[in-house]
Amino acid sequence: MEIFNNILIYFVIVPLLTLGGLALCSNRGIKAIRTVAVIGASVLMVLAFWLVSIFLQARGAGDTSEMILRSDVMWYAPFNVHLALGVDGVSVVMILLSAFIVFAGVFASWKMNPLPRQFFMWFFLLSTGVFGFFISIDLFTMFMFYEVALIPMYLLIGVWGSGNKNYSAMKLTLMLMGGSAFLMLGLIGIYFHSAPAGQPLTMNILDIAHNDAIPHNWQYLLFPLTFVGFGVLGAMFPFHTWSPDGHASAPTAVSMLHAGVLMKLGGYGCFRIAIYLMPFAANQLAWIFLLLTGFSIVYGAFSACVQTDLKYINAYSSVSHCGMVLFAILMFNTTAMTGAVMQMLSHGLMTALFFALIGMIYGRTHTRDIRDMGGMMHIMPYLGVGYVIAGLASLGLPGLSGFAAEMTIFFGSFQHTDLFHRVLTILATMSIVVTAVYILRVVAKLLFGEVQDEHHRSLTDATWEERLSTATLILAVAAIGCFPNFFIDIIKSSFYPVVEALQAALPNVL
Amino acid sequence: MMDYSQFLLMPQEIGLLLVFLLVFIYDTFMPERSQRYMPIFTVIMMALYTIYCFCFPAATGEAFGGMFESNAPTWVMKNILNVGVLLVLLQAVKWTNSDFVSVRRGEFYELTLLTLLGMFLMISARHFLLFVIGLETASLPIAALAAFEKRHYESHEAAAKYIFTAIFSSAIFLLGISFVYGMSGTLYFKEIATALIGNRSALLIAALAFVIAGVGFKLSLVPFHQWTADVYQGAPTAVTSYLSVISKGAAAFSFLIILVQVFGSAYGQVWEWMLYAVIVLTITLGNLFAVRQRNLKRFLAFSSISQAGYIMLGIIAVNVMGMSSMIYYVLVYIFSNLAAFGVIAAIERQTGKVTMDDYNGLFKTNPWLAFTMMLAMFSLGGIPPFAGFFSKFFIFVGACQQGSIAIYILVLIALVNTIISLYYYLLVVKAMFLRQDDCVIPTIKSHWTERLGLILCVAGIIFIGLISCIYAYINGAVDAISSMFAAIQ
Repeated sequence: MEIFNNILIYFVIVPLLTLGGLALCSNRGIKAIRTVAVIGASVLMVLAFWLVSIFLQARGAGDTSEMILRSDVMWYAPFNVHLALGVDGVSVVMILLSAFIVFAGVFASWKMNPLPRQFFMWFFLLSTGVFGFFISIDLFTMFMFYEVALIPMYLLIGVWGSGNKNYSAMKLTLMLMGGSAFLMLGLIGIYFHSAPAGQPLTMNILDIAHNDAIPHNWQYLLFPLTFVGFGVLGAMFPFHTWSPDGHASAPTAVSMLHAGVLMKLGGYGCFRIAIYLMPFAANQLAWIFLLLTGFSIVYGAFSACVQTDLKYINAYSSVSHCGMVLFAILMFNTTAMTGAVMQMLSHGLMTALFFALIGMIYGRTHTRDIRDMGGMMHIMPYLGVGYVIAGLASLGLPGLSGFAAEMTIFFGSFQHTDLFHRVLTILATMSIVVTAVYILRVVAKLLFGEVQDEHHRSLTDATWEERLSTATLILAVAAIGCFPNFFIDIIKSSFYPVVEALQAALPNVL
Repeated sequence: MMDYSQFLLMPQEIGLLLVFLLVFIYDTFMPERSQRYMPIFTVIMMALYTIYCFCFPAATGEAFGGMFESNAPTWVMKNILNVGVLLVLLQAVKWTNSDFVSVRRGEFYELTLLTLLGMFLMISARHFLLFVIGLETASLPIAALAAFEKRHYESHEAAAKYIFTAIFSSAIFLLGISFVYGMSGTLYFKEIATALIGNRSALLIAALAFVIAGVGFKLSLVPFHQWTADVYQGAPTAVTSYLSVISKGAAAFSFLIILVQVFGSAYGQVWEWMLYAVIVLTITLGNLFAVRQRNLKRFLAFSSISQAGYIMLGIIAVNVMGMSSMIYYVLVYIFSNLAAFGVIAAIERQTGKVTMDDYNGLFKTNPWLAFTMMLAMFSLGGIPPFAGFFSKFFIFVGACQQGSIAIYILVLIALVNTIISLYYYLLVVKAMFLRQDDCVIPTIKSHWTERLGLILCVAGIIFIGLISCIYAYINGAVDAISSMFAAIQ
């Protein structure tokens, strides 16, 4: 099988093997379980770095094809469904991000209790879905992996979560599956218009984009279906309501993976499927979604200001930041879209860091209400410093990832000369100020405020696996902040075909 | 002089009859002490027969002056039903050896095989007389099976309800057929089809309504579903599982053949819209009623009503893709539903508990049963990578291939309904994994036949979707009769 010579397939095989290895472990052998999980996550990390180097070599050697590492195996011939693999710059950095977060997530759930084995099995099933989604370029396979990534959330939150977990798990699952129901109809519609009359229908994204055969009236129907379908996972207003509840109830590693990677599936799908395949409708209807995502940005930021639960604060901040991702994607120029992917990276790492730290603080204090805590900087300096770094990245301090991402986005958005885009951009920019408000409010209260509970004075600082988990993420956040050009160069060229398609679909092109 | 070589066209029916006779002889003449091996004997015979059918496909052609037809799709349909029956029989082994049932276990196996023979005739019939014989053979013994738990009041109630609806639906169906006979003067499918071309009379509409109602009872389509929940709840679990997958599958297959072959010319204006309304009602009402059920057998009854609506999506498409997706859907549905019923039967046999609240915390004591049940629920709800996802996707694609906006809207309605269905399937998962209870079902030592049946079902749920050659097998068979659909469009 020639497909096994492709490194990409191992991003699906390795998590599955890890899952199989965990299935063989005994329930009590916590050491064996941890070892298998760490080996799986480390192998994924190595593979991700290897993939980046392969990608850089290919691009360095002048390979300008849209996707590299292509493989194609026929799966369901009657529907022309293939197991088609391929990556471009965006998928490569997304895979790198996922590998980082899976790695950090394993260490963040080191002391997972009860049923650690089952927890890690679901965790790796989820990551199988995530990696599979990023490597496939076939609509059906992509959608299948997308749903594989969604369903483990139900059990991960329901069994290992906290608080109102039954409600949150059900709400999250049903809302996301509802989104994917619309998505499924959209994909079926795309499939039946994927090729000009007389030619075989195809599910391959690149072929569909090159055929450009979807009639305009169908695009009006299918674009909203697919965009909203993915937008639900991207926490687009008004479909974001699963996110605060879901994140608040989820266990630490699941919040990390979910906010860090899963929500990015939404943004990635929006541009890879909705916009790339239906550029005409994208141009026509973008203003609706720009208004919605613009509102998400501002609304999320303001909501975060009034929350007192650390996880809710972070969840609303995610709504705001993920809104920024979709907002930038809808700007339809290379700069803004590159910024969107930078924001995905930045937000993924930073939010994962936040959730990891919150989980660690919660594990010690057993409360997440900031009114009940204070003075943590003296009690647990390591976690405190980590929190400040994550906060500064979130509000866009130069040298950390948030600055590079948001700067690129606003630069790109402001390239539009019309009033509509500029006003929206200015409004979105103002959210940075609000971000500073809620971040500094938490830092002031939680880290530097008065100690609220005398019992907290006896709490210990981070253990070695917690330090490892957070240090990985902090390093990554700083790396993006210090060397943004390295990532921008990888990402940028991937958007040329998309932007070209969008330009070509403009009605008044002369 | 009759040409006896015609019988060569029906090896599946003859083979089944042979299995039936062997079981009957075993039941009648073997000494009492070896009687308890009879279920295993039946299962082995059935397995050999099923494997034989997969390996040696029969010639295609018509027999008895065109009353009976054997072609590639009927062959595949019967094979799929065979697999389902094999699983049902396997799961029932322990139950038929239990105290109050063992004296009558012979009847259980003989009647089951007989109804299957009736279903085979329904699928292969190309003449309404033969079809009705098959229909009656397939329905009436099930009433006896439903009353199998003699000690239970509900079992009697179920049997009575079933027999009355079966008779009533047959009567309605026959009335429809008599209208058709009045219009065409023949009962041969092909001749009726030719006679009905261009016919748009009120009589035809009435005939179609009666035919759809008559078969709709068997398929428990809304609004002909009233009997389903009570019968499913009251009948022994082995019979319920048989009723919900095999009986439903056979009815769906023959329904497709009748609608397409006999009434194909009336598709666009008449029965497409009748079926459209029935599908919307079936999926939606089945789902909404299922949400409130606490008894798992009732719950699966309503879930199977809505599943029947999804199966009908393959018929309304009237194309090769729709038909192969429908057969595939039934195959996947057999495995998923039998996994669920297998778990219910194993737990019910030992503890007598069948409500959802009894399953609270099941994962702690019976992890494998809970795991199997969860896979079954995920597959029924259409979650990848399990087979249910593939069958749902394919049946939607098949329906959309028909191309009209109305069908897209229908698929959207069906998709929204999958969310509702996912909600109640997750309720079961929630009870087993998320909830705690003081009086959890104790650890159950299931019999090896039950375990084997469940393992086969789980293997089916996991692999039927991932291995594409199964769909290719069905699709290849249906492709052989693609001219049937070409005539309609």
